[in-house]
Amino acid sequence: MAGLATAFGSGAMTNSIAEIAGAETILVIGSNTTEAHPIVGLQVKKAVKKHGAKLIVADPRPIDLTRLADIWLPLKPGTNVALLNGMMKVIIEEGLEDQRFIAERTEGYEEFKKVIDALDLEETAQITGVSVSLIREAARMYAQAEKASILYAMGITQHSSGTGHVLSTANLAMLTGNVGKESAGVNPLRGQSNVQGACDMGCLPNVLPGYQKVSDAGVLSKFENKWNVPLSNKPGLTVTEMFHGALTGEVKGLYVMGENPMLSDPDLNKVKKALESLEFLVVQDIFLTETAKMADVVLPAVSFAEKEGTVTNTERRVQKMNKALESTGEGKEDWKIIKDLAGAMGYAMHYPAAENIFRELSGLTPIYNGITYERIDPHGIQWPCPSVHHPGTKYLHHRRFSKGLGKFSPVEYTPPAEIVDDEYPFILTTGRILFHFHTGSMSRRVFSLNEISPEGFLEMSAKDADYLGIESNEEVVVKSRRGKLKVKALVKKNFLAGTVFLPFHFHESPANILTNTALDPVAKIPELKVCAVKIEKIKK
Amino acid sequence: MDGKKIVLSINGKEITCGLNKTILDVVRENGIQIPTLCDCKNLAPFGACRLCLVEIEGIPKLITACSTIAVKGMKIRTESERIDKSRRFIVELLLSDHPFDCMFCEQAGTCPLQDLAYEYGMKNIRFPGEKRATITDDTNPFIERDNSKCILCGRCVRVCDEIQGVGAIGFIDRGFQTRIGTPFDRNLDCEFCGQCVASCPVGALTAKPSKQKGRIWQTRSVKTICPYCGCGCNLTLHVRDNKIISVTSDPDTLNEGYLCSKGRFGCDYVHHPDRLQYPLIKKDGQFIRSSWEQALTLVAMKFKEIKEQHGNDSLAGLSSAKCTNEENYLFQKFIRAVLGTNNVDHCARL
Amino acid sequence: MKVKKEQKPMDKGKKLQSIEELESLQQQAFDRYDPLRKRVRICMTGCLAHGADKVRDALVEELENQGMSKDIDLVETGCFGFCAKAPVVAIDPEDIHYQRVKPEDAGEIVSETLGKGNIIDRLVYFDKKANKRLPYTQDIPFYKRQVKHVLRNCGRIDPKRIDHYLLNDGYKALAKVITSLSPEEVIEMIKKSGLRGRGGGGFRTGLKWEICRRAAGSPKYLICNADEGDPGAFMDRGLLEGDPHSVLEGMLIGAYALGARFGYVYVRAEYPIAIDHLKIALNELKSLGLLGDNILGKDFSFHLKLKEGAGAFVCGEETALMASIEGKRGMPRPRPPFPAHKGLWGKPTNINNVETFGNVPLIILNGSEEYTRLGTEKSKGTKIFALAGRVNNTGLVEIPMGTSLRDIIFDIGGGIPKGRTFKAVQLGGPSGGCIPGDHLDVPIDYDSLINLGAIMGSGGMVVMDSANCMIDVARFFLEFIQIESCGKCIPCRIGTKRMLEILVRITEGEGKEEDISLLKELAEGIKITALCGLGQTAPNPVLSTIRYFLDEYKEHIFEKRCPASVCVPLIKFEVNRELCKKCGICKKVCPVGAVSWEKKMPAVIDKNICIKCKTCIENCPAQAIQ
Repeated sequence: MAGLATAFGSGAMTNSIAEIAGAETILVIGSNTTEAHPIVGLQVKKAVKKHGAKLIVADPRPIDLTRLADIWLPLKPGTNVALLNGMMKVIIEEGLEDQRFIAERTEGYEEFKKVIDALDLEETAQITGVSVSLIREAARMYAQAEKASILYAMGITQHSSGTGHVLSTANLAMLTGNVGKESAGVNPLRGQSNVQGACDMGCLPNVLPGYQKVSDAGVLSKFENKWNVPLSNKPGLTVTEMFHGALTGEVKGLYVMGENPMLSDPDLNKVKKALESLEFLVVQDIFLTETAKMADVVLPAVSFAEKEGTVTNTERRVQKMNKALESTGEGKEDWKIIKDLAGAMGYAMHYPAAENIFRELSGLTPIYNGITYERIDPHGIQWPCPSVHHPGTKYLHHRRFSKGLGKFSPVEYTPPAEIVDDEYPFILTTGRILFHFHTGSMSRRVFSLNEISPEGFLEMSAKDADYLGIESNEEVVVKSRRGKLKVKALVKKNFLAGTVFLPFHFHESPANILTNTALDPVAKIPELKVCAVKIEKIKK
Repeated sequence: MDGKKIVLSINGKEITCGLNKTILDVVRENGIQIPTLCDCKNLAPFGACRLCLVEIEGIPKLITACSTIAVKGMKIRTESERIDKSRRFIVELLLSDHPFDCMFCEQAGTCPLQDLAYEYGMKNIRFPGEKRATITDDTNPFIERDNSKCILCGRCVRVCDEIQGVGAIGFIDRGFQTRIGTPFDRNLDCEFCGQCVASCPVGALTAKPSKQKGRIWQTRSVKTICPYCGCGCNLTLHVRDNKIISVTSDPDTLNEGYLCSKGRFGCDYVHHPDRLQYPLIKKDGQFIRSSWEQALTLVAMKFKEIKEQHGNDSLAGLSSAKCTNEENYLFQKFIRAVLGTNNVDHCARL
Repeated sequence: MKVKKEQKPMDKGKKLQSIEELESLQQQAFDRYDPLRKRVRICMTGCLAHGADKVRDALVEELENQGMSKDIDLVETGCFGFCAKAPVVAIDPEDIHYQRVKPEDAGEIVSETLGKGNIIDRLVYFDKKANKRLPYTQDIPFYKRQVKHVLRNCGRIDPKRIDHYLLNDGYKALAKVITSLSPEEVIEMIKKSGLRGRGGGGFRTGLKWEICRRAAGSPKYLICNADEGDPGAFMDRGLLEGDPHSVLEGMLIGAYALGARFGYVYVRAEYPIAIDHLKIALNELKSLGLLGDNILGKDFSFHLKLKEGAGAFVCGEETALMASIEGKRGMPRPRPPFPAHKGLWGKPTNINNVETFGNVPLIILNGSEEYTRLGTEKSKGTKIFALAGRVNNTGLVEIPMGTSLRDIIFDIGGGIPKGRTFKAVQLGGPSGGCIPGDHLDVPIDYDSLINLGAIMGSGGMVVMDSANCMIDVARFFLEFIQIESCGKCIPCRIGTKRMLEILVRITEGEGKEEDISLLKELAEGIKITALCGLGQTAPNPVLSTIRYFLDEYKEHIFEKRCPASVCVPLIKFEVNRELCKKCGICKKVCPVGAVSWEKKMPAVIDKNICIKCKTCIENCPAQAIQ
């Protein structure tokens, strides 16, 4: 997100979901779209099957979309930058760049080009494990399309150099003029129902609602006036820093609303220690999650079906949620709990209903200014929507980037923080599967979903399985420098040798006990997609 | 559309319409009803159910409106004795191979075949005969197929292929014994998106978790947004006795009525017995039930204490990507305005 | 087994770059051919079922043993047509016709006929009417009344050798088209010839080509429909097995006329010999550059592939056939859009039947006018029929349009065997109908047959005699339809099932008074509402039998009697004493000893022992068991 904001001025999807079907070439990189974003996946399928679009899939795993792909680039985990730079090398070499777009709408091209010019494609092939000819073919396919769209997800961001990965996608789009028009752009797919909204609402340590910087005095005073309290202008801690802070004693009290870091965050043993080190932990959730179990106080919230409000989806569309059920226990809407707690702490909040909160937040958030409950019924509105007469924005950066000129950034490939060695010879990458969601607190409690997918698995190549003498369905031990777990092996024929995959939804085999906390220095995203592990057969 | 228009006539009335539209589209745009069973939004015309047959002047045969593009000057008739007779004939044939168990059928009340039978008053079938046996694949927890009710409109097969791109099912066998099934009759092993269930006009495909939970007219429907991934699919929750008994989606939304297995089948967790019912306070390592007042007072006290002892920045909050905008707004407002720190984040990065 | 070939094959592997090179190849074939040389021709297609391969082996061995293998050629040909007399062998240059040849006859054929020129009487056709042996092909009535245009090479040349085809004016029509005719002129010639689709519909081929040529879209496809599926029909098979090049030449001409760059021959997998011969022919054409890019150095390219169908009858329907080529289940789709506009892979496509393409080179070579000399006003040229059923001379016959059914069945076909009487002839397979004796003199053409409630169809002609029950015949076809219906549309899937159920109950003695009107009503409904031609015509066999044999239906329904003694539940298994010839055959054939018979006395069947196997009925010369 930080990467896209640097390049374009906004970190959100540049296009709408429906526009994907109109793209001529789609590059899916670091996204298992059909499993993690199935409905976005349908648009990719529509583009390919119905409109004859070309599809390039860059993924270490033979994900479902590779079936439909014209080109599958099975790159080694963590080498996105090298691959994208290689593609851009080909594009510049072959004169496929959009010179007019570069000249009129971007800055920093020359500096960026130096990095690309210095590249050796053979070396790129070495690093990525993808042949030069495939890189060439993919580059041409992408560059020659009138409308090319990039879809990415955590496979791009969850790296210690994730910002660089994101910047590379932006570079590629700008190089070919594939941004700022319908069906062409850079589209980070959001993993949860309201990630976009939580970001928009300022649940980030450095920005207030609407990405207004806490360090901006004018912004701060606007909020101070509205909220009637003095505010800190010092950017706060990110999740991973909070846990670090807990361990060092810097952070003493933590309030967790509807999150389960005890499964979702890297190096769970460290997370556990951090939570144990806290003086006071409050968890507000609908289930007694792994995290809630560690709390001093647990506050019962209600589910999505028992509340009213708005959520913002991955295409920046603000939509209305409606209350379908009455709460059966004493659980309350999260906003009511916050309101009551604020009251208990002597800060009175007066909101008779969710809509009153929305009115306040839209007034303070320029990109939400024109959005009202009335207007979003029934189809929602895509921000930015600066006034009540504005129809919302289908795609961003038309004619002008949010920040003015698009910015090329020179990005050099850096290897993942942890690389394989003799002791930990496999690259572990983690991710989502179709039938479960995030830490499984919801989907694991759905009878049918849990019946069809009751346990975790370790995907590995037939070659590696043969070498280790492991058969499909055999339970194995996976160890990293940080922890270990037991899980069944799932041997796959066309899986990249040397790489293994674990879904992180299962508390019985929690993938994040193994993962690395190495952070991207800018976005503070941990490197969940690459760490070194070993696999051991269980002796009978 | 490129704005070009053509003029044609329907039932003697002159009508202007856009280019490249099927006769069925044009007819429906003009508020004229034609019964259909195999027609389905977003799917290519199939022409199997033969109910949308219309007369076109100059063509001796009846033509299916769903598969024929309307052209300039066409003279279309949607009602005539021949058409009416044909439609009744089709419905009568379908009913001659139908179990007549509407009283147990999940589709009752939203079934177009039931509606047609009712409309035509077709209680007596002039050519009764063999009925297909029920072949049910009962191995998965989501979808049940009862081939005895299947009218072979092919909507499930087509949505699975054309939209979902999976192709898990197809037409099997021939003649009267033609049915829908999986290759080599293996157990259904697919993405379980349920697009097939949603597209089935009759009761041949049902969502298992919804079986016998309630009739359509006994439920209240509420539109909301899926609680899972960031696609933001629109859901319609069907509620009876404060329970979600089934989930559908309106075709007129960003997700065009399509859902994934989580959206369509994954709302049960709301009713799971593990749901937290009251506030808990941990004492000596054990959670004890508490009142809201007790719990909130304790939290407020502890937060104040830490704030006073260690400073504002010793407190932090993790908000939720699963909560609403209002709640996220309020959460960061609480952290910033009440706790006085910018230590607020959520799992956007995870 | 090593087979002595007639002559060395010509130089292959060199692509022909011009018309001149093709002509020189034709000349080469001609130069090497000696019309006076002795040849033995043997059908190695249909006759294989009667052991033609063993006969061939014996002939080769005898030629070797008797030292004649160098002087005499053995030619493996396609079907002669006279399948009733298989295996058939012919001796050239005299064109002596031997029938039902056994391997043991080989020695004598070689020594007597080939060596000394003597005719072996026992292998010669015996004309009962004339009480005469007829050793030469041209004298045998079965051949005499036929006009072999399309089948001209079948049984005459080795279909595996392009030089044989070249020798018989092969690819001359193609050369003519490429050198001197524009595509429009080709289409005009086909239009003028009046050629109509031989697959059954009878649509005008020239018009069909013109529509496709004018259709927008590229590339265009040309498909040969060789998914012959009517029960008892094997015209296309005979032509593909016996002379594949004539069909391929027709396709090349079609491709030129339409501007089609790609083509398919869709042939059913149950035709292994046809597939084999087609593959050989296609390879030969490719290596000569008669298929591929820039054929004969001209700006004309055509790529042709063989696609084997999986044996679904409905894949003979154009849209289902295209779905099958696309790898989908063979199911028809509604028309419009017609294949000429949106066909294979959504592109303009023209589909013609095998025999239709077989006619094309003839029209081009001899001119439209010459072609129209044969036939009736609206149906020109010849038509091939597969003559089957209760007729003496079963086989493949080609007759000019306008020939009467009587000529075909009684002259060419040699009448009804076992002294029984003619009852009806079924034309057009499951989409066709039965024509009774009253209409035998109607000249056959597309329109006259429709008037009679039948159709030309692809050429299946099944003769029925007094021992055929017409309700049983209708039931057979409906059963066929039910097995072959793709199940897509309701009228065909359920409607024909209901019709079949009614027919079954009539043949089982459970017929009801209203059944005939129910059948008619179902038939009408299905005709109007079914999706494809298969469904729309499926009721025809029932409608035509009701039209001509209503009494037989009534006897079944009201009297619970099957006059042909076919429907087992309706047979009393009693001997009609008046009809009984007192011959005792029934006693001899009864497998359970249920028949008692004394000389000069009518037989009696003990119903307690009888197992209703109908062996007595089938063998009774007098149809006395009812």
